[in-house]
Amino acid sequence: MGSPFSMNGGACVAMVGKDCVGIACDLRLGMQALTVSNNFPKIFGINDSVYLGLTGLATDVATVSDLFRFKVNMYRLREERNISPDTFANLVSTSLYERRFGPYFVSPVVAGINQTSGKPFICGFDSIGCIDFAKDFIVSGTASDQLFGMCEGLYEPDLGPDELFETLSQALLSAVDRDALSGWGAHVYIIEKDKVTKRLLKGRQD
Amino acid sequence: MDTLVAQYSCPAIEDTTLDAEQDELLHGPDALSLNFSLPPIAQPSSWLRAMTDDASNPNCPIKIAHGTTTLAFRFKGGIIVCTDSRATQGNWIASQTVKKVIEINNSLLGTMAGGAADCQYWLAYLGMQCRLHELRNKRRITVAAASKILANLVYSYKGMGLSMGTMCAGVTPQEGPALYYVDSDGTRMAGNMFCVGSGQTFAYGVLDAEYRYEMEDEEALELGRRSILAAMHRDAYSGGFINLYHVKEDGWVKHGFSDMNPIFWKTKLEKGEFSNVTADME
Repeated sequence: MGSPFSMNGGACVAMVGKDCVGIACDLRLGMQALTVSNNFPKIFGINDSVYLGLTGLATDVATVSDLFRFKVNMYRLREERNISPDTFANLVSTSLYERRFGPYFVSPVVAGINQTSGKPFICGFDSIGCIDFAKDFIVSGTASDQLFGMCEGLYEPDLGPDELFETLSQALLSAVDRDALSGWGAHVYIIEKDKVTKRLLKGRQD
Repeated sequence: MDTLVAQYSCPAIEDTTLDAEQDELLHGPDALSLNFSLPPIAQPSSWLRAMTDDASNPNCPIKIAHGTTTLAFRFKGGIIVCTDSRATQGNWIASQTVKKVIEINNSLLGTMAGGAADCQYWLAYLGMQCRLHELRNKRRITVAAASKILANLVYSYKGMGLSMGTMCAGVTPQEGPALYYVDSDGTRMAGNMFCVGSGQTFAYGVLDAEYRYEMEDEEALELGRRSILAAMHRDAYSGGFINLYHVKEDGWVKHGFSDMNPIFWKTKLEKGEFSNVTADME
């Protein structure tokens, strides 16, 4: 059967630009070779300026996204404010480590803009909560090797929102075209201080 | 007395009626296929299986290119042969431009599924044997004979880890249009319709629903294309380009090696099929 991380397939990538961040995912849900759905987004809105990408085992993607929806709602009720991306990253980390000896099979990515400092923020995690802070890009999923290659090749610092969208989209589309388990279309979010643009990419359907 | 002498003496000249082909049948295949070097260990076949079987061991050190959809069917106007073009090593797409139809001669085609190297090598070998048959006997080999050369060959290597599922399609004066399935277990069977590879079930689904023996050429070509398209879409290990051939009485005709993506969107948007694919958000 192979690893739980590669049973359903999927890919996610986040990038930092000038005063903006982007996060993108593919739409495939599979059971090994069989493609079951072409509309399974892996990016979840936490609030207007924080987004969470989850790749890995689909059942855990659903469970973990619901868990964070609950935790973030509780945070908002208690604190009467939205959670910042860096605080959310720590919440993700500690929540995953609570399952240290029976982890969720997911590789999360967080992307957002800190509304108090106005700074872009991205980070990635392993399945038990080790945070990987990065100032350029974060990749996860079954096409992560390919995404690393594309991002190392295409990324440049301080891209504007439109150039960031182009770079992020090209990196994702090219990467998933070399991975059997991800692709079939993509969602791309470009997050600016007071604006979020969501786009659907038509990808190869094989 | 003369009959007795004749019975117990050797003929002065070797019996020349025993041709090379019969000789090969008696003494096994020629040196070409016997010269494979084997690893110096007790059980080469089980060792090789442990090293290469990525289904049971994803960390196996040698990854062999796999994953395919191929189909061929007989109909009124001859035989349609259609394949995808993807080669995968695990989840990595190693190539999107593999030629899985092997042109053995002007009227014979072979298809590749399973181990890419095994198919490529043994179908090239089959092409060689078919040409030799032609030179020795002054006539084209039948599809039955060609497929049997391949079937006997892979049977002689049974258990050694060869992996191939192939089809031989051709039209000869003796047989008319003929289609054979041969695989590395040693199975060889004639039939009207075969789909082979990881996407075979998806192709069978479309093909079974729409197939009629009395189809016109254009209908048959479209059915071959559409069946492979369905498999490319649903099977992760099939994709790339649609390779389409039509085998007729006077030889095969190639009908393109075309990217599936524009064909897919055309099929979806113009005919309203593949309604499962989202073309707009939410």
